[in-house]
Amino acid sequence: MSRRTVEMTLSTPGLDADGKATLEPLGVAVLDPLDGDRTMVNIGPQHPATHGVLRLVVELEGETVVRMIPHVGYLHSGFEKLGEYRQYNQIIPLTDRTDYLAPMANNVCLALAVEKLMDIQITERCTVLRVIACEISRIISHIVWIGTTGIDLGAFTPFLWSFQQREIIYNLQEEWTGARLTTSMTRVGGLMADIPDGWADGLREFTKNFPKVLDEIDTMFTNNGIWCGRTQDVGVISAEDAINYSLSGPMLRASGVPYDVRKDRPYLDYETYDFEVPVGERGDVYDRYRVRLEEMYQSNRILEQALDRLKPGPINVDDPRVILPPKSRAMSDMEAMIYHFKQVMEGIKPPVGEAYMGVENPKGELGYYLVSDGTAKPVRWRIRPPAFINLASLPKLCEGSLLSDVIAINASVDIVMGEVDR
Amino acid sequence: MTTESSSVEALKDAFGGAILRTAVVCGDTIVYLAPDRAHEVLAWLKDTPDQAFNYLTDITAVEYRDPERPFEVVYQLRSLERFADLRLKIELDPQGELRVDSVYDLWRGADWLEREVFDMFGVAFTGHPDLRRILMWETYSEGHPLRKDFPLRGHLSRAEQVRRALSLKPEEHYSPEELELARKRHGRDETSGWVPPRGGGA
Repeated sequence: MSRRTVEMTLSTPGLDADGKATLEPLGVAVLDPLDGDRTMVNIGPQHPATHGVLRLVVELEGETVVRMIPHVGYLHSGFEKLGEYRQYNQIIPLTDRTDYLAPMANNVCLALAVEKLMDIQITERCTVLRVIACEISRIISHIVWIGTTGIDLGAFTPFLWSFQQREIIYNLQEEWTGARLTTSMTRVGGLMADIPDGWADGLREFTKNFPKVLDEIDTMFTNNGIWCGRTQDVGVISAEDAINYSLSGPMLRASGVPYDVRKDRPYLDYETYDFEVPVGERGDVYDRYRVRLEEMYQSNRILEQALDRLKPGPINVDDPRVILPPKSRAMSDMEAMIYHFKQVMEGIKPPVGEAYMGVENPKGELGYYLVSDGTAKPVRWRIRPPAFINLASLPKLCEGSLLSDVIAINASVDIVMGEVDR
Repeated sequence: MTTESSSVEALKDAFGGAILRTAVVCGDTIVYLAPDRAHEVLAWLKDTPDQAFNYLTDITAVEYRDPERPFEVVYQLRSLERFADLRLKIELDPQGELRVDSVYDLWRGADWLEREVFDMFGVAFTGHPDLRRILMWETYSEGHPLRKDFPLRGHLSRAEQVRRALSLKPEEHYSPEELELARKRHGRDETSGWVPPRGGGA
């Protein structure tokens, strides 16, 4: 087949010898209309619908996505490298900054990984408080997701409702940890601080009111014609493909695979809590929305149960390897003073070994893989980033769909670039 | 906590010499594989019904501070049906060529994970269709950041890093396919000799 090309004469305005206006020829551009049907569109890295600094290069035929090449790394901070130069408790502030929409859940994961490495059993009260931390993180992450995805698809009101709820949790986080975003609330073997007086009542108040807000969001979205039209049968991935692409969290469960780390590899006594793992059927954007909405109801149930279980007791383990003895004893007791000195000067030293700790974060399975050579700093701190691995499936989800659906699909993956780029 | 995974016996029966040794650390079973047969073993673990390690949790690499210790490429597998995990390692000589077979053909999830290991450690994956840097930019020339011989602040001074960052051309961030597409789009062709104007500025 011969190539049919279009020739286009290019010229620029100029003046001839008499000073009259004329067009100076520049040459002939040869355009191939077959190639010309395809357009390359660059989305991001600075674009509100990319939820951070994600850059997508999209090749379009008409309005249909033929190919998509995502570019990540604009927010690369080298957390894994930094971790190799930090003591274990000093890594906890770094975990805040990876998935900054659920900082407390990241803190819990790091503490659990080091405790697995050192074979430490945490106290009863600490376990319950960590469950509360993980579940309020899930709620704020999902509620931000619902709000921002609504905005991406043209619904503004639920965003305000959801951010009101997020504000309540942020205030609770601030009362507990002193920080709204960078909580750093765990320590190896325990917690940075116990909850203040009256805090549990504030959370209980939240758990009473929160389902009503979820019902309102449910009313607004679930049977909304525009919402269904924009999300149903968009960005479909089958269960088999979802497993093959290593998806996790709501992305995997929306495709009908009931893999939830809290049920399948329980930690923090999650097996003793009564909650359901919602799964979708078709694996489209709508199912991901339904799964996340239902997960928030379930998180609320877990929070209620955890508040019932909250009994007074110590939050830190009685283990001088990881927890400082009380200052009063350090000043009067020789042994306590030595432990104090060694921990402050040398840091926590886990034995030689390695541990992988996977937890169910709002985005999916977050895994911290720590390798220790017996010194106070890890040889390797690997973050298994759920958002990064989920995002890798974006070309698969988008190819063949419309450009406007790319926004919906990208939103449904629920990425947070701090974690994707680390 | 120190029970060994039942897959170890099955692996030893099926592959014998390709299973170099096994260990149980912090309750997790680790299997060390011979580099040349690792792909075969991983494919067997995925496809054998009573193993069914259908989910690739993670691929990463470990370089120890002790330069005598071998470099490790680590696979973390999960069987969603059997609720079982298995960690497999390939040991490589850090002085030699860091090269293993890609598992892209088994798990598509390996795509970005292998690219990241390549970017951060310089391990090449034979058979990966698009082995480019992923977190660092494609023209990044300082090496592989997570290697132990890479200083925390990079090889270059801060001033030199800033100078290089400011003199970057946006085109250098494009992959070869994108450059091809852009060239076709703008009709930049040898016959016409027309070059599209450079947009952007500094």
